[in-house]
This record gives sequence, C-alpha cells and structure tokens, in this order.
Amino acid sequence: MKARWFFTMVVAALIFFAGYAALFVAPDEKTMHAVQRIFYFHLPSWIAMFSALCVVFYANVAYLVTKKRKFDALGVAGVEVGVMCCTIGLITGPLWARPVWGIWWTWDARLTTTFILWILYISYLLLRGLLEDPEKKATLSAIFGIFAFLDVPLVYLSNRLWRTQHPQPVIAGGNGSGLDPLMGKVLLLCVVAVFCVMVLVYIDRYRLELLRNECDELKFEIESRNTQPANLGATSTRRAGS
Amino acid sequence: MKNFEFLLTAWIVVWAIFFAYEITVARRITQVREEIARLRQQLNGN
Repeated sequence: MKARWFFTMVVAALIFFAGYAALFVAPDEKTMHAVQRIFYFHLPSWIAMFSALCVVFYANVAYLVTKKRKFDALGVAGVEVGVMCCTIGLITGPLWARPVWGIWWTWDARLTTTFILWILYISYLLLRGLLEDPEKKATLSAIFGIFAFLDVPLVYLSNRLWRTQHPQPVIAGGNGSGLDPLMGKVLLLCVVAVFCVMVLVYIDRYRLELLRNECDELKFEIESRNTQPANLGATSTRRAGS
Repeated sequence: MKNFEFLLTAWIVVWAIFFAYEITVARRITQVREEIARLRQQLNGN
C-alpha cells in the first residue's frame, strides 16, 4: 500500500512537471505556435496505447496456451486502458488538425487504420459483455484480441507505407525527420508521465478484474452448495418412487 | 496566444479522461469488494 502511494505521488509529480514543461519550457514552433504543444500529449497517448495493446497480445496468447484466468484479466484490463488512450489520441488529433489543416478529420491511411483499431477493441469489450460462460468468454476474446492486434503494426506503419495527410514520423522517420533537442527532452518527459499514468490505471483495472474473478468463484461456490441438497433430495425421491 | 483554446481543450480532455476513468475503476473496485464481503458472509452463514 505504501509503495502504491509512493508511485501515485511520483506520477502526480511527473504529470505536473510534464505539463509545465510542455506548456512553458518547450520552444514555440514557428508555424503552428501554441497548438503544436498538443503533440506533447498526443504522441505519448499513442505510445501508452501501443504498450498496453502489446501486453494484451501477450496476455491473449498466454491465455490460449495456459488457460489461466489471470491472463484473461490482464487482457481485458489492457484493452480498456488501450481504448482509453486511443480515445485521447482520437480527440487530441482533430483538436490539432482543425487549426493546422483546416479540417477536423480526413480518411487517410493513418486516421482510418486508427479508427478501425478503436472500433475493433470496442468490439472486443462488447463481445465479452454478450458471453455468459467465463471460459468461452475468455477463449473467444483472446482469439478476437489476437485478430484485432493485426491492425496495430498497420497503424504504426501507415504513414511510412502510404502518403498521408497525417504528418510523417518525426522520430525514426529517416532523413529530414527529427526534433529540436529541447523539444525532444520535453517530449521524453511527457512520454514517461503519460506511460506511468497508464501503468497506474492498468494495475487498478487488473486488480478489479481479479476481484471480479474471485466474486464469480464465490457465487459459484454458494450456488453449488445451495443446489447440492436439492439434487440429493431429488435423487432420494426418485429412488423411493422406483 | 493564437489557437490557445484548442490547446486548452486538448489539455483538459486528456486529464479529464484519465481521471474520470480512474474514478470509475476505483468505484467498481469498491462495489466488487463489498459484494465479496457479502458473499463471504453468506458462505460462512450457511
């Protein structure tokens, strides 16, 4: 519990310093000015989302191999957190695009594959809600999660493979890409801050799923205890009748 | 600052979503814990 509070305090401090650095320390971009600073939260939210979805992929494969429920819990927690980060990216993107491009949205390869990714993982959560049997729910959602993950590399590579309205990559984008050193440092701080927030939320969501599993087990135990005497009664009645 | 309202909106949206989500998770944890305590009591009572 102490470690948890310490981590929360560290994350709160990181949020404060990252916010301050993004708004006041990072140099002004010559053409976009203030609105360019959205980038310091837009890109980190995607990095956090990709990290969460990679854990989901690992958890889905691990569940299918081992059939351990903890991996199903890890998977569903990651999907919810990933969808949250994706939602942030899908909102901050258009808020940057409107003053820079003059439009909120365009169906280019990057934006479309990202939107499909969001829909896929929302469908994953809806699918779980439709299934009752815990084992069937876990197996089907693991298979669906692996299928949905196919879109993750496509999102990452989309603006490298095709010409897009979305800007070309500024980091590891080849010749002509790169950031001002101070911008790079501020971005790194923001990436660390948003990533730590994601980890904090992910741990809580995972705990919730484990508690739900415990709750289901207790319900099953109570149900089996209640049905046992009734079944025995039914058997003895049948025996008496025969 | 030009277009500051877009930056401000993005800033609010990011942290509002994170905090709102964390609050819903914390509330759900409390509810499930209460449910577990109730079920344990029921199980011990039987």
